[in-house]
Amino acid sequence: MATKTKKARIGIHFFANPARFLRFARKIFPWVTIVAVACIVAALVLGLAVVPPDYRQGDAYRIIFIHVPSSWMALMIYVIIALSSAAGFIWRHPLADLVAKSSAPIGACFTFISLVTGSLWGEPMWGTWWVWDARVTSMLVLFFLYLGYIALNSAYDDPTKGARASAILALVGVVNIPIIKFSVDWWNTLHQPATISKFDRPSMDPSMIAPLLLMVVGFIAFYLVVLIIRLRSEIAARRIRNLRLAQVGNQGASG
Amino acid sequence: MVTAFFSLVGRDLRLAARGGIGSLVVVVFFFIAVALFPLGIGPESALLERVAPGVLWVCALLATMLSLGRMFEEDYEDGSLEVIALGPLPLELVVLAKVLAHWLTTGLPLIIAAPVLAVLLNMSSKGFAVLMISLLLGTPILSLVGSVGAALTVGLRRGGVLISLLVLPLYVPVLIFAVGAVEGAIFGFGERAHLLILAGGFFASLALTPWASAAALKMALE
Repeated sequence: MATKTKKARIGIHFFANPARFLRFARKIFPWVTIVAVACIVAALVLGLAVVPPDYRQGDAYRIIFIHVPSSWMALMIYVIIALSSAAGFIWRHPLADLVAKSSAPIGACFTFISLVTGSLWGEPMWGTWWVWDARVTSMLVLFFLYLGYIALNSAYDDPTKGARASAILALVGVVNIPIIKFSVDWWNTLHQPATISKFDRPSMDPSMIAPLLLMVVGFIAFYLVVLIIRLRSEIAARRIRNLRLAQVGNQGASG
Repeated sequence: MVTAFFSLVGRDLRLAARGGIGSLVVVVFFFIAVALFPLGIGPESALLERVAPGVLWVCALLATMLSLGRMFEEDYEDGSLEVIALGPLPLELVVLAKVLAHWLTTGLPLIIAAPVLAVLLNMSSKGFAVLMISLLLGTPILSLVGSVGAALTVGLRRGGVLISLLVLPLYVPVLIFAVGAVEGAIFGFGERAHLLILAGGFFASLALTPWASAAALKMALE
């Protein structure tokens, strides 16, 4: 009976052993790095040099190849945090907690990049650095959610407690994000409907989609690279902490 | 269980009544914060009339947030939270009792103070009734969602600053729909839809947030 349940759950708990995960990570790490570098370089070359300029926006539109993928990553990483928080909360899966914790700063960075590139893009296009548009505002709220998550996670001295607390916050946030998004959309349409028309983009040329998709793949691979590095350092830090605690315990026992 | 629930609410209310000036401070903060706006943006009555619903709601939200810290903190520090957790009441109902007491000591005084401040800000009289209804529906949501933030930061040093970072992004929908309802009544494009959504938000948070807060409290008591 016991072996049966063990086998049935091997999918979730396979990587609960950090050593097993580290072996797996060491194997895939070079490949993911190659994919990340190759895709980002190819997307940059295609997007900045090969693809023709837009007939209305000129060369300024090329920031889309950074802006749109980082916005997608910002949303995707929050979903990953919520899923791994749920896994960590329900099954007390140690690696899931670490994935959630290590993903949060990366997600916050992508959100920040998305806000900054959007602002840089907005200046030549709409003549203003910042618009309280629905999408911009909900991205800003997402950024604050990330900051709250990171702050709560690091506020606890005990890392397992921090992981559990921030898991609760991430799950509450995931229920709220659709409501926030929907309320912000509605708030904007009620207050300043004129700005919406500025956001209507001309439909994209197929030649522009290729670098965009390449960049998305590159960003996902880049996220995995950074995630693996962060997970390794987290596991190492946790091991050092345990060794130190054991050392202190031994000294206490002998002295 | 009903007796346990109401005796806990009664205990918190007695503590709030005897333990000093907690809910008075919240109302005074509400007054001062609102009074800062005419000083900051100028006393023109047309301008104040335009921003009144938003200013009232933002200040009510900040006043509620300031009082969240004491929802569980004192009981956690003197150990009575552990005794309550060992008692007959499930932790989810403990949270609901605490939220009810918090709302009675902060939300209700804010609702009573709000019309006076609305007069000071020269708000259009068409919005008064809806302002009261929106506060009646909205402030319980603030207490409920705030209980999650309060429970997550219980026992943390410097939890007070952290709580605002956790809770304010989650308050965005309440602010938008409540102000939308009041402005809808003032400018005549209808307040019904906004109030119905607020009511929906109230019932959803009533059903969901006690679980999250109770899980956070369980963790704090481990």
